[in-house]
Amino acid sequence: MTALLEVSGVSVTFDGFRAINNLSFNIEAAELRAIIGPNGAGKTTFMDIVTGKTRPDTGTVTFGERSISLLSLSEAQIARAGVGRKFQRPTVFEDQTVAENLTMALKAQRAPWRVLFWRETQADRDKVAALAAEVGLSDALARKSGELSHGQKQWLEIGMLLAQEPRLLLVDEPAAGMTLAEREHTTALLVEMAKTRAVVVVEHDMEFVRRLNCKVTVLHEGSVLAEGSLDHVTRNPQVIEVYLGRG
Amino acid sequence: MSRTFFAKNPSVLWFLLILALFTLAVTVLSEAYGVAFISTSFVKTLGKTLCLALVALAMDLIWGYAGILSLGHMAFFALGGYMIGMWLMYARTDEIVVAALAQGGLPATAEEIRQGVATQIFGVVGASDFPPIWYFAHSFWAQIALVVLVPGILALVFGWLAFRSRVTGVYLSILTQAMTLALALYLFQNDSGLRGNNGLSGLQNLPGLDAVSQDDVSMWFFWASALALGIGYLLLAWVVSGKFGSVIRAIRDDEQRVRFLGYSVEGYKLFVFTLTAVIAAIAGALYYPQAGIINPAELAPIASIYLAVWVAIGGRGRLYGAVIGAAFVSLLSSWFTGGRAPSIPLGFYTIDWVDWWLVILGLSFVAVTLFAPKGIGGLFDLATGLRSPNRRGAPLGPDDGALMEKEAKE
Repeated sequence: MTALLEVSGVSVTFDGFRAINNLSFNIEAAELRAIIGPNGAGKTTFMDIVTGKTRPDTGTVTFGERSISLLSLSEAQIARAGVGRKFQRPTVFEDQTVAENLTMALKAQRAPWRVLFWRETQADRDKVAALAAEVGLSDALARKSGELSHGQKQWLEIGMLLAQEPRLLLVDEPAAGMTLAEREHTTALLVEMAKTRAVVVVEHDMEFVRRLNCKVTVLHEGSVLAEGSLDHVTRNPQVIEVYLGRG
Repeated sequence: MSRTFFAKNPSVLWFLLILALFTLAVTVLSEAYGVAFISTSFVKTLGKTLCLALVALAMDLIWGYAGILSLGHMAFFALGGYMIGMWLMYARTDEIVVAALAQGGLPATAEEIRQGVATQIFGVVGASDFPPIWYFAHSFWAQIALVVLVPGILALVFGWLAFRSRVTGVYLSILTQAMTLALALYLFQNDSGLRGNNGLSGLQNLPGLDAVSQDDVSMWFFWASALALGIGYLLLAWVVSGKFGSVIRAIRDDEQRVRFLGYSVEGYKLFVFTLTAVIAAIAGALYYPQAGIINPAELAPIASIYLAVWVAIGGRGRLYGAVIGAAFVSLLSSWFTGGRAPSIPLGFYTIDWVDWWLVILGLSFVAVTLFAPKGIGGLFDLATGLRSPNRRGAPLGPDDGALMEKEAKE
């Protein structure tokens, strides 16, 4: 079986600083993967490359069965191809209602002309209601999302990602700023989502990664240092030295 | 579907109702079709104001909704005016030349007539031949098409270049301003083919309608302007009411996030830029026959800045705000600068409104920006009891237990 996302030999340099150095790894079609690493290991840059925000100097990134190269696509085209991204800070459109936010994210035609003549059907309303229920925002559909609490905004953003129906989901520190109960809910949701699609979680909270109970990739100075189960990588002496040994 | 559209946007019905009543009132009070309470020149002023309201609507869509502060939309407005002006001037001069040549006895040839018209129009800039851009000037329908095509294609090309290289914010504003300035400077040249700084004149005289008095013509244009404003309002209200409106407001607030949702931000910006340019051009094509004259000064960057000021004072991000702003400020402006406002003698100094009006306008622009960012349109929120809480710059609800809007209301 070929991988859903194949990153091979990718390097990127910012003003002489090598943020990603010959990075290669694969993500399967239905897999939960945690990426950990100290600050500056290249976690966010990796996400920027996959989502088209940053262009690498060398290397290839291919996606899907037909192995389309993501490097020649714009951010919007990559998103339409099925890559969703969750930012560290919740970014929702605060001036618009929860329902409007979700409707915008619903998988549909994205061209201006099609959107102009798009009219909401009952099926769309049902989908939005179901998504809102899944992330616990059913009562807040008509509220402006700017009024939501920090945790609720995180949920709304996760709901928007679900609405996009991505095949690969990149999640940047989902547990940041969440309460314990919210973390448990998030863990369950991520595990559930990974049954039908690939989910890549960037996190530095070890406790949270342990809960996810999945394969872990450790990044260090822009390349893969170790890969395997959490117990496996935490026994790796190099990992202990560069990452865990600090504390 | 249309029922739910009006149910969701009651302000559209109110707007159309008020516009219809206003049009009826002006008709009843006009010299041509009523009790002659309103002078024909004032009817023209009102008709022109409706055109300015239409271009303000376009400005509101691109600035208030999509967040692109274009300082070049009056260039599209003026281009629309030039395109219709070319036909008006050609056809009108053609009539005069034919009449003059007929006095000579022999029937004039087509070439003689064409030469005569060219001499009449371009004698003032020392030329006697038609420049290539006047190729379609004899055809009403071709020039009508050019009203839409010339500004539309200019906006498409300019927008494509600007948005593709991801020029945003104040840099885009500067770029649009440079565009309108460059266009104005070009048109000021005598060999630009549009009579240099003389511009096109006599546009108030419709060809073939010598017998009809300006009283009637002014009312026709007034009706056409009101109709265009009504249709424009309906169209834009429909554009911003659905998911498209949602997406462009999202682009205004966080365009990077919109890209990750899969929307091509550049495509949307280009669409909105071109659509608003075309609306501006149509407004201009209705405006200049009422003004009677158009010259390159109409494309000066200051005109587009005025447009932004109207929309800001009226309240951007709501369509009726733009209309109110344009109507209110431009009427007030013509009152103050028309010499009708009485000067105030202070003994040592006389306040002459023609000079001081700009100062007032500038101060009120600053005041609105600082103290009432919602503009005049915000008064409607006050009237309906909708008040935004004073967040003192902080977003409402950064943490658990954030207040809902109605809870936050005192």
